[in-house]
Amino acid sequence: MPVQTVNGVQVWQRRDRVGAFKHWLGWLVGTLIFLGCWHIISEATTWAFVWDAPQQGGQLLSRMIPPRWSYLNQLWQPLWDTLNIATLGTILSVAIALPLSFLAARNTTPHPIARAIALVVIVTSRSVNSLIWALLLVAIIGPGVLAGVLSIALRSIGFLGKLFSEAIEEIDQLPVEAITATGASEFSILTYGIVPQVLPTFAGVSVFRWDVNIRESTVLGLVGAGGIGISLSASVNGLQWSQVSVIFIAIFAMVFLSEWVSATVRKSII
Amino acid sequence: MLRLESVTKRYPTGDMALRDIDLTVPQGQVMALIGPSGAGKSTLIRCINRLVEPTAGEIWLGDQEITRLSARSLRHMRRRIGMIFQEYALVERLTVMENVLSGQLGYVNFWQSWFRRFPQPIVDEAFRLLHRVGLPDFPDKRADALSGGQRQRVGIARALLQNPELLLVDEPTASLDPKTARQIMRLITELAHERGLAVIINIHDVPLAQQFAQRIVGLRAGEIVYDGPPDGLISEVLTDIYGEEDWSTAAEDDNAAATLPTAIEAR
Repeated sequence: MPVQTVNGVQVWQRRDRVGAFKHWLGWLVGTLIFLGCWHIISEATTWAFVWDAPQQGGQLLSRMIPPRWSYLNQLWQPLWDTLNIATLGTILSVAIALPLSFLAARNTTPHPIARAIALVVIVTSRSVNSLIWALLLVAIIGPGVLAGVLSIALRSIGFLGKLFSEAIEEIDQLPVEAITATGASEFSILTYGIVPQVLPTFAGVSVFRWDVNIRESTVLGLVGAGGIGISLSASVNGLQWSQVSVIFIAIFAMVFLSEWVSATVRKSII
Repeated sequence: MLRLESVTKRYPTGDMALRDIDLTVPQGQVMALIGPSGAGKSTLIRCINRLVEPTAGEIWLGDQEITRLSARSLRHMRRRIGMIFQEYALVERLTVMENVLSGQLGYVNFWQSWFRRFPQPIVDEAFRLLHRVGLPDFPDKRADALSGGQRQRVGIARALLQNPELLLVDEPTASLDPKTARQIMRLITELAHERGLAVIINIHDVPLAQQFAQRIVGLRAGEIVYDGPPDGLISEVLTDIYGEEDWSTAAEDDNAAATLPTAIEAR
């Protein structure tokens, strides 16, 4: 009871005696757990390596500078591949996620079983990282851009399907009722009453996913699925740090550009 | 023209929304349906075009029975019944013209609706209707750029483009200011007379109902408790419809009395 009567006067405190004790006990236990964890991590760390980290980092940086700009000429093709992996993967996933989301949305699904299947597909796709999809696909269909495109698409289907279907479930039902009342067919209700309501969300989410996919496709090359990641892993393995810095700058420029494109597109479709 | 025979609606939650409703609306009649919130007014008009499925009873429009129609015949039946909504129910991101043309969706095929290729006579008729409801100037404006009164006019044009025989109107004025509400009610009743439509209007505003409708039906707890001319709504009847306690306090309140002049005159 925060309100107590002391000497006939009503006093208000945030917590009563027991509450305050529990509060402080909570903080005490939390601090002890934190210190315990810190101790375990400290035991498992080779501190000698950490102490000379600034030195090591400085050396790495000095090997990266100046960047070997001439290497850029060999990067155009991998950069183009990376852009294609992201773009084609996104287009493919949008094409699959569109019908999937209408099956998965509670208000448009034709049957509860169809909805359950669609939700399983979405969860499966979402639970696996695109790098792991790439690892699997490189083993199945061999290294190259195709494996990259498919792994990006497989990961994105779940992301897009989930956000699309949520957008469908959040629409205003009244216009849908009005279109139904005109005697329109199920498909006309969909295209006339529902699609205009969800179109801005669909477009915005797709462009955002494309933006994310550009970043994800830069690392797919590490497992052989094409793109600039191949050049990156080759340069790192060959200790060519001045090339690595060129790759970093190129990736940064591309991500920056995609950020700008997606922001512009999203602004224009609301 | 419209005939309801012991229509009953029980929602899955067990609530009885309508009990044994018998009602006949002849051609050309404007009928107002009044009653407290939850009396079943919305349910009643939604049962007629089966946006809500009635639990029991028969509904006849002309010589066709509605409650047993297949999905396909139901769509054909719905084309004959226009509906106007409280919150206008326009598709906000579509233009005024697209919203009006959606009244024809029951007639065109899927590809025509997808590509918005409506037959020219229909487009002509849409322009005529927009002119008639007082919105000749902006067919290309998006619906969300309009005011409430303008949106309701678009909703009226959409319902009329169906070329209906019966008009179901659900609280058309509840979101509008008093002046706009009168204009909208006048427009609906004028158009109904021009075209000889039967109209059922759900409405909370009793004086407005008395002014514009030829017949008043009072609904209370899913049952018809009054069916007669507008000037028969004496305070005892209103008590019957809206409940004793609420009504008696409202009638003695000066402000409420001012909005219900006919009820006071009748005393």
